[in-house]
Amino acid sequence: MAEVFQAIDQFPVTLKTWLLGHAAGVMPEWALPLLSAALSITPILAVFPLLFALTTVIERKGLGRIQNRRGPNRVGIPLTNIRLAGFGQFIADGIKSLTKEDIVPRSADKVVHFLAPIALLIPVLLTYSVLPFGRNMVPLDLPQTGLLFFFALGASTELSVFMAGWSSRNKYSLLGAMRAIAQMVSYEIPLILSALTVVMIAGTLSLSGIVESQAEVRFGFLHSWHLFTPWGLVGFFLFLTAAAAEANRTPFDLPEAESEIIAGYFTEYSGFKFAIFFLAEYLGLFAMCGLGITLFLGGWLPPFKFLGFIPSWCWFLGKLVALILLFIWLRGTLPRLRTDQLMGFAWKFLLPMTLINLFVAGLWHLSVTSVPMTVRWIGGFALLAIPYWLLGRGFEAKVGKREYRFAN
Amino acid sequence: MTLSFAILAGLTVGSAVAAMSLRNLVHCALGLVLTFAGLAGLYLQLNAEFVGFTQILVYVGAVAILIVFAILLTRGTEPANEPAAVSPWAGLPVAVLAFLAMAAAVLASPVDKRLAAPVPEVSVKTLGQKLMTDYVLPLEVLALLLTAAMLGAVIIAMKDKEDLQ
Amino acid sequence: MTPLSGYLLVSALLFCIGLAGALTRRNAIMVLIGIELMLNAANLNFIAFWRFSEHPETQTGLMFALFSIAIAAAEAAVGLALIITIYRHFRTANVDKVEAMKG
Repeated sequence: MAEVFQAIDQFPVTLKTWLLGHAAGVMPEWALPLLSAALSITPILAVFPLLFALTTVIERKGLGRIQNRRGPNRVGIPLTNIRLAGFGQFIADGIKSLTKEDIVPRSADKVVHFLAPIALLIPVLLTYSVLPFGRNMVPLDLPQTGLLFFFALGASTELSVFMAGWSSRNKYSLLGAMRAIAQMVSYEIPLILSALTVVMIAGTLSLSGIVESQAEVRFGFLHSWHLFTPWGLVGFFLFLTAAAAEANRTPFDLPEAESEIIAGYFTEYSGFKFAIFFLAEYLGLFAMCGLGITLFLGGWLPPFKFLGFIPSWCWFLGKLVALILLFIWLRGTLPRLRTDQLMGFAWKFLLPMTLINLFVAGLWHLSVTSVPMTVRWIGGFALLAIPYWLLGRGFEAKVGKREYRFAN
Repeated sequence: MTLSFAILAGLTVGSAVAAMSLRNLVHCALGLVLTFAGLAGLYLQLNAEFVGFTQILVYVGAVAILIVFAILLTRGTEPANEPAAVSPWAGLPVAVLAFLAMAAAVLASPVDKRLAAPVPEVSVKTLGQKLMTDYVLPLEVLALLLTAAMLGAVIIAMKDKEDLQ
Repeated sequence: MTPLSGYLLVSALLFCIGLAGALTRRNAIMVLIGIELMLNAANLNFIAFWRFSEHPETQTGLMFALFSIAIAAAEAAVGLALIITIYRHFRTANVDKVEAMKG
């Protein structure tokens, strides 16, 4: 029985080696690495855009339910009579965006305007190549610099935001682009620092190595995810907050909120280019969630050892779907932050908290043998909770009792 | 001369020429970004992975964005009318002369005879250990320098109090 | 494997392109872009020499290049802040027009 589960777990790897073995006899020598890379990329290109499409539908339905209305519930498969209770919406949206007229403003910079969506999509797709989707399933295993590759590409996405905003020759686009870049640059630091905490404890920058470092089984059944430590818990929430800001999700979506600045830096984009921007943004969110899962939630490891019969890629997908639902929930619930509140939050709250988290993680690691478990837990939480409370008080001081200027 | 080196070097040099010679400032900045990316590719080819990805993270992710913001804040988007007070033909011969001198030095020296070492096994761990033991003084001085640069940049670019009122 | 002279020639070419731009262009930001190109060319030189050296495990070239990247970032930040302030005062970013101390 265990062999059956293991076969299901490793079937992408066995499929790939089987195909490569057959191709080795047919294809020339130099084409084999290219074929191997293409075989690794194809599942990613098949699964994640489909996940994006389903997420758009589920998000609209979920947001609708949170706002006490139904989301799209009529569209089945277009041009047929099959009813799918709204789940065909993404097909209809795709057809619509592909057939819309592509309007480029007359004074826009045509070359840069054309290249901006591509410049956003390529780094985002490249970031998927280092994420471990399952046991032995990393498309590109960089044993020394896996995480650095991810963050370097994440930093490259900011440039395309600027290209989009500037080439449209629209003052609102430019404003939206500058705000978006300021936000992304500011939130990169808590993001990288909270990831660095995990690197410090795991001792490697390789993402599959970080997952391996969470494989140790404690108490006979519990895998030691980094989430199950005080610094891991706080670090995970810091990482999620910074990732939401990096992906321009509510409550940090001021650069692209409809009620604020029309559509921010992609106001002048229509049709297919807008669809590419939309796709790239959601794919970026999925990549950040995937990284958070790898760093803190144990990657493809199950939480309990006796659940190990479920395939590893199922666990990864399940955790990814759970995080996406969490982001949809946050979008429906929390109000939007203003730009100055946003920047203050990053620099004055998240940055000190991540630095303190780094310190607590170091203390946790150094006191493994000398201090009993309960003392470590209580001490860790106290060292994190007290600055949290103090920093929160620092923010609250400016919020007084509400004054109504004209209501008296 | 492998094919990948030829492509990367051609991309780097071509985008550097574009970065230096285009009229529109933002196009020059984007050409510079391509140059940085090409250089990162060359570093990766030389098995310096950490430096290559750091190059992308720092130069493309931060320095290029700074340059672009500065172009925006100094109205570089208006059509450039640069009547040069000094003729541009004074700078180009100097650069050509410098290149010829350096190329002659490179081609005449015995560097080609050196055999390529086997792929070095560098790990980020030893890099970090060296930073903390052999190079700790430059590291601390660099920290001071970055702090001073950050504070200095903020103070220099901050608006004066008269402007705010 | 491309010989070392190939990398050194590319580095020299980049340096001279940066030099030509820094000497020729009138906009202050273009001069700064030229300087960044020159710094990058020197970095390429360091990494190439490290790769072809006899003891690459000492990682001296890597260290030098890393520090150079960090210092170039700091220098770009301060230089651009200066350019923005000069623009605010003189209303131009042309290096020829900023000549209040001339003569």
